[in-house]
Parts: sequence; C-alpha cells; structure tokens
Amino acid sequence: MNRTLPGFRLTLSITLIYLGVLLVVPLAACLFKAAQLGPAAFWAAVWTSRARSAYFLTFSASFISAAITSLLGLLIAWVLVRYEWPLKRVVDSLVDLPLALPTAVAGLAYSALYVENGWFGRFLVPLGIHGTYSRLGIVLVLTFIGLPFAVRAVQPVLESMESDAEEAALLLGASRWQTFWRVILPTLKPALITGFALSFARAIGEYGSVVFVSSNKQGDTEIAPMLIVSKLEQNSYAEATAIALVLLVMSFGMLAFINVLERRSRRHYV
Amino acid sequence: MAYSRRAVTAVFLSSIAVAMIAISVAGCGASNSGASSTDKSAVGASVANAAEAQAPTANTGPVELLNVACDPTRELWQAINEQFTKQYEHDTGRKVTIKQSHGGSSSQARAVNDGLEADVVTLAMWPDTDLIRRSGLIAEGWEKRLPENSLPYYSTIVFVVRKGNPKQIHDWSDIVKPGVQIVTPNPKTSGNGKLSFLAAWGSVVTRGGTEDQAKELVTKLYQQTPVLDTAARAATITFSKKNIGDVHLAWENEAQQEVKESGGELELVYPPVSIRAEPHVAWVDENVKRHGTADVAQAYLEFLYSPRAQLIIVQNFYRPNSQGDREKYADKFPPIKLFTITNVSKNWDDAIARFFNDGALFDQIFEKK
Repeated sequence: MNRTLPGFRLTLSITLIYLGVLLVVPLAACLFKAAQLGPAAFWAAVWTSRARSAYFLTFSASFISAAITSLLGLLIAWVLVRYEWPLKRVVDSLVDLPLALPTAVAGLAYSALYVENGWFGRFLVPLGIHGTYSRLGIVLVLTFIGLPFAVRAVQPVLESMESDAEEAALLLGASRWQTFWRVILPTLKPALITGFALSFARAIGEYGSVVFVSSNKQGDTEIAPMLIVSKLEQNSYAEATAIALVLLVMSFGMLAFINVLERRSRRHYV
Repeated sequence: MAYSRRAVTAVFLSSIAVAMIAISVAGCGASNSGASSTDKSAVGASVANAAEAQAPTANTGPVELLNVACDPTRELWQAINEQFTKQYEHDTGRKVTIKQSHGGSSSQARAVNDGLEADVVTLAMWPDTDLIRRSGLIAEGWEKRLPENSLPYYSTIVFVVRKGNPKQIHDWSDIVKPGVQIVTPNPKTSGNGKLSFLAAWGSVVTRGGTEDQAKELVTKLYQQTPVLDTAARAATITFSKKNIGDVHLAWENEAQQEVKESGGELELVYPPVSIRAEPHVAWVDENVKRHGTADVAQAYLEFLYSPRAQLIIVQNFYRPNSQGDREKYADKFPPIKLFTITNVSKNWDDAIARFFNDGALFDQIFEKK
C-alpha cells in the first residue's frame, strides 16, 4: 500500500462521495423514474420497432466510427511520435480540438460541407454519396468527435516504447511487417482497445452534433438519444428514462466486455 | 488495515444513505420532475432567491420580472421590454427590469414546471402554457384573463420558396407534387412542426375534402421531406443556408425574416388557407404570488395590447390582435383564410392524441415505408 502521502481515509471518502453524488444518485433517480412504469409498460416503451432501430443505429454507427477512429488514431499518433516534421506541434494540439468545440458547431459544419452545394457535397452528391442527412453522415461526425480519444490513448504508449525491441526483431531477421504485427502491435493493443472504448462510449452519448447531420427520421436516421428527447417533448418522462436506462445497460455491458478484452490483452503480451 | 476497511464500509454506507435520501426526495417531486430537473431547478432557485429578496419592498421599490419565452422571439421581447420599462417607470415611478429566458417552447414549459421561476410565460403553443396550468402553477381559466383569449398577437404557417417560384407552389396540393422537396421541423419535437402538419391536414378537411384525402396529403408531405429538423430555426437554416428543399413551411414571422435576409434569393407564398398559430401569454400565478410581482406581471401583459406594443409586434411580423390595431394594420398582412385547431380537431389534447402520440397518424406514415 502506498503510504507516501497520508490521508487515505480522506481521499477515499472524497472518491466515494463523488461517485455517490455525481454518479449513483442520478442513475438511481433514473432507475426510480423508469420503475414507475411497471414491467409491461416498461417493455412496451423500450422495445418498439422505432426504439429497436434507434438502438441499432446508435450502436452500429458508434461501433463503426470507433473502429475508424482507432485506425486513424494509431496512424496519427504514429506520425506524431515517430517522425519530425514542420508544424508537428500545431497538428498535435489540433487533435484535441474536437474536445473543446461545442459539438453542435461540428454538426453544423459537417452538414454544410456535405450538402449538395457544399464544398465536398457538390462533388460527392452527384456520385450518390450523401455525407449528410444520412447514416453515413452520422458515422462521419462521430468519427470526428471520437478521434482525440483514440490518438491520446495510443500516443503516450508509443512514446514510451523503447526501440530496442524493434531493433532486436529486425536483427533477428523479422520483416518490417512482422515487426509491426508481432512486436509493436501487441504492445499497443491495450491502448488501442482503451481508445476504442473511449470513442465508442463518447459516440453512444453524442447528441448535439448528430441532430444536425441526421435527417432524424424515425426508423431510419433517428439515434437513441434523439428518441429520448422526442419522448421528453411529448412529456413522457418515464418512457424517456426507460429508454435511457436501456441505453445505459447496453453501453455498460459493452464497455465491461471491452474492459475484459483489454485486461486479457495486457495479460497475454506484457 | 482493519481501521481503513471500517472507514471504507462507513463511507460506503453513508453514501448509500445519501443516495436513498435523494431518491426519496426525487420521488416526492416525481410528478413534475424531468430528467433535467436538477440543473433547471438550480437555475430556478437562484432566480427565486433574487426575486424573493425583493418581495418585501413590493409595490414601491425596483422590481424584476422573468419572462420565459419561446425561441424565435428574442428581438420582439427586447423591443417590447425597452418600451414597457420606460412606460412603467413613467406611470408608477417604479423601476422594472425584465429578464428573458429563451428556448424551445415545450422545454421552456417543462423548465417552469421543474422550478424555473417565471413570472410570465409567452410560449408558442397553447399545450405548452396549459402544461404549466396542469402542474397547478397557473390558475384555471387563464385564457380568459386577458383580452382576445390571452392572445395579443397571432401568426400562421406560410410557404417560403426559391426565387421565381420554380416549382409553381401556390396551394397545399402543390407542395406534394412529384419532385418537390419540403422542409419543415419534426412535429414530435417542434411547435412549427405540429402546426405545419395540422395546416396541411386542415387545408383538405376545411375545404370539403375527406380525412382519407387529408391522410394522403400528409403522407406524401413527410415522404417528400428529406430532413426533419428538431426545431424551427434549424429548419430555416436547412432551407435558406444549405439550400435543401423547394418549399419551407414556416411561421409567418420567421418566413418574413428569412426572406428579408436572403437578399432576393427566396420568396414568400401565401397559401389560400392555413392554420391560425396562437402563442398565448399568461402570468404564472404561484410564482408572482411568491415574488410579489402580480401587479407588474399583469401590467406587462396588458401593455402588449397597447398601440405602441402592437406596432412593435407588427414590425416583428406578428399579426396584431388588439381590437383597434387588427384593422389598422390589415394591409400589412396579405389576407389568408385561417382556421383554428377546433376546425381540425376537438381541441389541442385531442389533436395531439390523434396525430402525434406514439402509434398515432404521424407514426403510421413512417411505419408504412
């Protein structure tokens, strides 16, 4: 046990109170509200075809965007860590921009770019690629929102990686590809999974930007958070919280699963 | 080790106790607490403290009003508040400060129910104001307290089209012609959206059409709507800035503004019939009682019917509704036959149940696909 700093009791109390007040209480209130419905009404609220397609869209779009983000994040982190080039510092700080930008701004900017008369849209729409008011648009904007998480998760691990393992691999006759696949990637795997989980979780909860790039049509491009807002607008509080609860449980389950994966990957390779 | 484990248990148990107290508190207020109740009521509480501090000096000292309004009325209230504060100080010697809160109409209504200390509410739709009546904050029969059913102004839903009206859109049947794309917000989340739907529906049934024909019209309408924005202003941006769609169904005042700002790129088209949009005003009885602002709140809302306020209303493209000014400004607004909610449904509650609730007509349009 770490006794360098005294005050274990104090710090732990703060931790638990913090978790209690900021996490447990709101979630318990949510649970309580949804519990007012009764099992039959709860099921009827959360398992309509409209709700199912909203969950599916939310999770699939988030999953795809998190996958893209992880690949892009690895690439960007690699370039930032392994090479020296002009403006590197600037690019490095730009990576965090999506964290600071109000997501509504991102949504507006993306939809303006990809509409028929937008800078990208004027070339893409004639090809039949609709980068806004479509599912593709949702994935695009979620990728933007999640990118910093993926980069920042991988970057420090890359930085702390010594080159001796790589050099040894090369000296022992491994090809560049083998070195990457067998030596570098296993070391990075836990960080990659963390980055994936963070951007995935971020994408599931995202609302502000998606409402601007989605056409918000139920059963088609309506994400689950949008469905919750829609229920609130109809003054169906209990139903809204019920759907929120389902979303929460699903997210928690997936994140727990990802956590297990991450732990395993650590055990096997490090 | 032992003592720290005890500490862990103690803290954990006490945090569970805190959680349970909070739940029971939440339970007591459950009938009117929404998901956002915590932050909303926190905001409300601070406003309340400010207002309550002034309560003892009621009727003489400076006073503060909070007007909780719907989203696109910022300019209107800014101009009216300026005039009213001058007038009120001149008449009574009291200094009044009016604070504004703007947001989506129904979320504003919920915020007031959850504790936002509004003295007056000026929301876009009758159901929103009535929601506050249901929570007991506004007295029964509130519509009858002010002239013209508490409607100092009204509006309607009109068409905005591209320059030269290339798709030749003049009536409701024209907007669903093949190849015409429509922009209007989602009826589930937006007042503008609900009014657009009801206007289209009423354009059929108030002119001798059957309900089946009306159903056909609205079905086509939403099949030809590429984007269902969540709120009125977002739909305006989609149509005017992103150039999506051929016709935008919007509030008349919003449409006028949109056309004015487009620099000749957009035009206004008045359909022969449309729905009368009725943004009611009301003071919030329970809140003004507590703040001691009942007289100011009433004076403020009555001021809206004065010629000066009516002129501001006209300048902001709302239709004036005081008896004298309705005729005076008649030439400013093209004649259009307006039907009310009672022409298409028994009342608002009935309309919402029939058209917009889960599984109701609007949902059926999307399920068919």
